[in-house]
Amino acid sequence: MVDVSLVVSSLPKILSGIGLTFQLLLLSAAIGLVIAITLMLMRISGNAWLSWPAQGYIYVFRGTPILVQIFIIYYGFPQLDMIREGPLWPIFRDPFGCAVVALAINTGAYVSEILRGGVLGVDRGVLEAGQALGLSARQRFIYLTTPLATRLALPAYGNEIISLMKATALASTITLADMTGIGRTLVAQTYAPYEIFISLAVVYMILTFIIQKLLGQAERRLAHYAPEDA
Amino acid sequence: MATDAPLVQMHAVGKQFGDFNALSGINLEVAKGERIVVCGPSGSGKSTLIRCLNRLEKHDTGRIIVAGTELTDDMQHLSAVRREIGMVFQSFNLFPHMSVIQNLMLAQRLVRKTPRQEAHDVAMHYLGRVKIPEQANKYPAQLSGGQQQRVAIARALCMKPAIMLFDEPTSALDPEMIHEVLDVMVDLAHNGMTMICVTHEMGFARSVADRVIFMDGGQIAEQAAPEPFFTAPQHPRTQRFLSQTLSYQGLPNAC
Repeated sequence: MVDVSLVVSSLPKILSGIGLTFQLLLLSAAIGLVIAITLMLMRISGNAWLSWPAQGYIYVFRGTPILVQIFIIYYGFPQLDMIREGPLWPIFRDPFGCAVVALAINTGAYVSEILRGGVLGVDRGVLEAGQALGLSARQRFIYLTTPLATRLALPAYGNEIISLMKATALASTITLADMTGIGRTLVAQTYAPYEIFISLAVVYMILTFIIQKLLGQAERRLAHYAPEDA
Repeated sequence: MATDAPLVQMHAVGKQFGDFNALSGINLEVAKGERIVVCGPSGSGKSTLIRCLNRLEKHDTGRIIVAGTELTDDMQHLSAVRREIGMVFQSFNLFPHMSVIQNLMLAQRLVRKTPRQEAHDVAMHYLGRVKIPEQANKYPAQLSGGQQQRVAIARALCMKPAIMLFDEPTSALDPEMIHEVLDVMVDLAHNGMTMICVTHEMGFARSVADRVIFMDGGQIAEQAAPEPFFTAPQHPRTQRFLSQTLSYQGLPNAC
């Protein structure tokens, strides 16, 4: 039987870690988006010197588990003099910094592919119309490709944000007291893994639901030009 | 440029897609105010011909001179030439994320650097001319195909082009909408616009064209004024094409 009182008493404790979960999510999503846009522009540049490094980056970070990347950064980097004496040591000395970096470089790789899909999906005829009207390549990119690609990429991007939100739980493996970190501590104290982890799962589910709703709203707002019945 | 110089000059223009000769040995001059209809079987190079005129396709050989400027890779020339050429596409190609009025103002603002109020006035003027000023704040997806194509024509006219290119403007339309688009085109023709129209609307060709060009296999097989073109085509391929496309026109509409 589930000990309901234990669920009720542990929920507030788990929720006290929600701030850290959000910080990990928002920071890594924002940095990841900057990385993603850079990588995507490199890939579609048509310049091999830019496109190949971007493809290499995506191949490496998409091809390895985030957990392993977190361990490499948190446990591996401090062994390198270059890192310890470098300007970024304050970031890598801190488990929070390591987690954000690992999550950001990872989501950056995925999101760049999502954005590229959006850019490639923009109707070629619409861009030709812009060309025929005399818009420069830069103007076409800013006024046509970007808004249309954003709309196309949004559903897949929403998926990635939800994945990223759940991946923040991995930060608990390097001492961070996010929701999962707190949950694990509670389990160690109470020996009640069932109640605690179920409570934890429910909180993540509610967060996913909220993110989904927000993204759905964003999609509808961007879709005002394409009524559902059209 | 002298006023009587042709607006469009194509000299021995050729274009290849891989091994396929899309255009070869095209020589064509279009005078100011001339209305030209280009027809021919699919794959004959009609679209490629007009797409070369605003460099949506680059020609491989020969020379193309539009409004006194030769088309080269020089970007400066290119934007100057494109400003003079309006183009209307088969699939309308309106900007789906912008309202009708925004569609009409974008290039004016960005390319012509027209002030906002003036761009708005110009846009409303041409929306009136294509007879849908009341749709200014709608989005393309809310309009019928015929209305979208009229917006596309107005959008091109807002740039005050010297010449208008039409690439099968009615081929994607339901039959009952073809007329409203052709009406706008006839109106343009009567107002002296220089036009090159790729179209299979032979009625349109007969009533407004100064010259009909028949293309086949990437070449201009025949060109003539509409009357001799339709009544006494010289080239066997033209004869075959006309007999195939016109054969149903006398029959009652089956549906």
